[in-house]
Amino acid sequence: MRRGWLVVIVVLALLAPSGIPTWGQGRATMIVTFKDDVSTLDPAIGYDWQNWSIIKSISDGLMDYEPATTTLVPHLAESYSVSADGRTYTFRLRRGVRFHNGREVAAADVKYTMERVLNPKTQSPGAGFYGGIRGAAAFGEGKAKEVAGIRVVDKYTVAFTLDKPNAAFLHTMALNFSHVVPKEEVARLGADFGHKPVGTGAFRVKEWVLGQRLVLERNPNYFLRGRPYLDEIVFQVGVEPNVAFLRLQRGEVDILGDGIPSADFVKVMADARLSKLVAVGDQLQTGYVTINTQVEPLNDVRVRRALNMAIDKGRIVRIINNRAAPANQILPPLMPGYDKDYKGYPFDREQAKKLLAEAGYPNGFRTTLYANNTDPNPRIAQAIQQDLAAIGVRVELKTLAQSTVIEAGGTKGGAPLLWSGGMAWIADYPDPNNFYWPILSCAALAPGTWNWAWYCNREVEKMVEEADAMVQPAQAAARAAKFRQIYRKIMDDAPWIPVFNERRYTMHSARLGGVKGIFVDPIHIPVHYDEVRVQSR
Amino acid sequence: MSAYLLRRLVQSVLILIGVTFITFVLLYALPADPARMIAGRSATTETVERIRAELGLDQPLPVQYGRYLARLVQGDLGRSYAQKVEVEALLASRLGATFLLMIGGIAFELLIGLPAGTVAAVRRRGAFDRSVMVGAFLGVSAPQFVVGLLLLYVLAYKWPLFPLGGYGSIAHLILPAVTLGIAGGGWYARIMRSAMLDVIHQDYVRTARAKGAGEARVVTRHALRNALLPVVSMIGLDFGTFMGGVVVVESVFGWPGIGQLAWQAIQIVDIPVIMGVVLVSAVAILLGNLLADLVYPLLDPKIRYG
Repeated sequence: MRRGWLVVIVVLALLAPSGIPTWGQGRATMIVTFKDDVSTLDPAIGYDWQNWSIIKSISDGLMDYEPATTTLVPHLAESYSVSADGRTYTFRLRRGVRFHNGREVAAADVKYTMERVLNPKTQSPGAGFYGGIRGAAAFGEGKAKEVAGIRVVDKYTVAFTLDKPNAAFLHTMALNFSHVVPKEEVARLGADFGHKPVGTGAFRVKEWVLGQRLVLERNPNYFLRGRPYLDEIVFQVGVEPNVAFLRLQRGEVDILGDGIPSADFVKVMADARLSKLVAVGDQLQTGYVTINTQVEPLNDVRVRRALNMAIDKGRIVRIINNRAAPANQILPPLMPGYDKDYKGYPFDREQAKKLLAEAGYPNGFRTTLYANNTDPNPRIAQAIQQDLAAIGVRVELKTLAQSTVIEAGGTKGGAPLLWSGGMAWIADYPDPNNFYWPILSCAALAPGTWNWAWYCNREVEKMVEEADAMVQPAQAAARAAKFRQIYRKIMDDAPWIPVFNERRYTMHSARLGGVKGIFVDPIHIPVHYDEVRVQSR
Repeated sequence: MSAYLLRRLVQSVLILIGVTFITFVLLYALPADPARMIAGRSATTETVERIRAELGLDQPLPVQYGRYLARLVQGDLGRSYAQKVEVEALLASRLGATFLLMIGGIAFELLIGLPAGTVAAVRRRGAFDRSVMVGAFLGVSAPQFVVGLLLLYVLAYKWPLFPLGGYGSIAHLILPAVTLGIAGGGWYARIMRSAMLDVIHQDYVRTARAKGAGEARVVTRHALRNALLPVVSMIGLDFGTFMGGVVVVESVFGWPGIGQLAWQAIQIVDIPVIMGVVLVSAVAILLGNLLADLVYPLLDPKIRYG
């Protein structure tokens, strides 16, 4: 009798519909898989690698970058001008740009958006980027009702005045946090705005079933004519990378949002047919070991230099199947200010041992290395441990959950050595000062800092401030040269061991196309959704 | 009977309060700072402090717990730190799928375990008995991740009999339910076998055989009902375990259950969501045990509650 039921169930299963999507038939649709649910699409709050480029497709900022490049161009702004003293930026908005609810964008919307980000009630992770606007601090503390430095000049013109010149200011006006949102929709939706966002972007949210899928549809009134190419994008969430990979090969999925599963990576790149589907690009990223400059004996610069010379970076790159290039400096190659002539510290164990002896540690010493416990970081940490053991430094490994490692790094004297894998720095914007202020500056030092090396060099800080004051376009080359000098000086102090610069590998189905590089866009990470087209239906 | 139910209800409420307290204190003691996780890596100290004040995380533990309980009794589970969505909405979006997977999982556990255990007991020490014991051991030991991926690869990829993961129809439910069935079926087989063995040697079974009843009728009509008692306990426990989420199977098959939600929340220390999932789990376990206890008198009239 029980066997009968089994037969019935199997028959039903065979007759039931299989996993072919029923949406998007007849339309240019793209399916992207993710393991984790999309967290929020509120541009003021969203700050993870998954929602970053989705938000860029739903809302827009005054500035943006040309697709697949780090070239800054005006976006919602038609043009801008900078005052002679470099402290006031005046933006003229495009006319006729409409929010998804039909209303035209005006300068008052820009002021509203920025004040919303700076308002503590919004809990925006990006508020710190705009602290340099005059009156921002007073507004944040509740001492002022508005930010004095943001002025609505006329219906389509807005002016920002800064406390001091900041050459990276225009980059911050391209960050998602500055993307313009309509006041009436935020007021109407309140905390649900993150799930029903209203912006000016190429796509708008059609449907969002929590835990299952997010569907975006084309905005027919997008202000950039001819964009986007796709009619619909479906983000399927909760899909494990291994299963997503199987589905891509069956033609059920277009882009692996979480990348190629590491177990299949070598096989895919070696296969002639599959490797054609993989786009490769550089990122604004460096993976590094931070050396806590306030903990003995790492406070001696000779010890830090010795550690730099002990690491076999080629071997570590092989551990991750060559998905990266060894790094010899702090900035990644894509970043302006990268010094291609800089040689860095050579891999030289004898020299390292000599330096240690000079510093008074001929027999090495004991210390601790923290690392994230998700693969491949424990394996990389072990390789680092072995490399340091070869020069007499005995390292105890602590591989823990990400939040715990971040906490240890941000605690004074908490983490002597920390491998950044899984939390490595990816630049917020393509300007060299983004690799300094949050993670290497004296200003960042406080409990909870991301300057895990607890590095503070006042001379360097002054040099960076001077470089940031070089705002005029004519000074760009001189500014880049100054940053090369600055980062050489920092490498002399050796607060980090730069290990590698990861490359991005995005696997997509054969039917997708577009400008080369949009599947590994360094800004619209990882895919520039506005630029993807379907080559055949 | 109603006195019994009332007692159980009061007990349950006290247990739930205890569960929320222990979980809350454990999360508070974690060396991770939710305010800093929300503020993100580029936040200044001021931003982090302001977020901490907004969320009330700068208050002492008793005040924070008190506020949580006060909102809880009004039905407010708070909002997720990361998604800013109401926790109820997140849980509600997952409960249906979790419930379905639980039903499917328990169904296959019983389908695989009960017949195997019964026949093993009846033909004790035969070849079938030995293979069931080995099979049970393998089923329980095999990692669900491996079993699940194997089933997907063979039955959904190589031969497209079932969909490659996802949610939406009975067809999507079969493979994840079978994976759970294989893992748990082993337990049920062993429990059933030993319960049957106990019962089969009782006097009333011998009497039934002496009266001329066929073996099948003896087993199904006389022995089964009593042997099912321990099985009912296990089903009650399973109810609670499954409703708390089965992360591995949900992840492999992309099943939008509560386990996936819990796992994501734990990674980023999203306390309101973690508390919500723990609460659902605790309620499910209490409910499961209650239902199991209520089923006993139906199987064995000697059991009575006063």
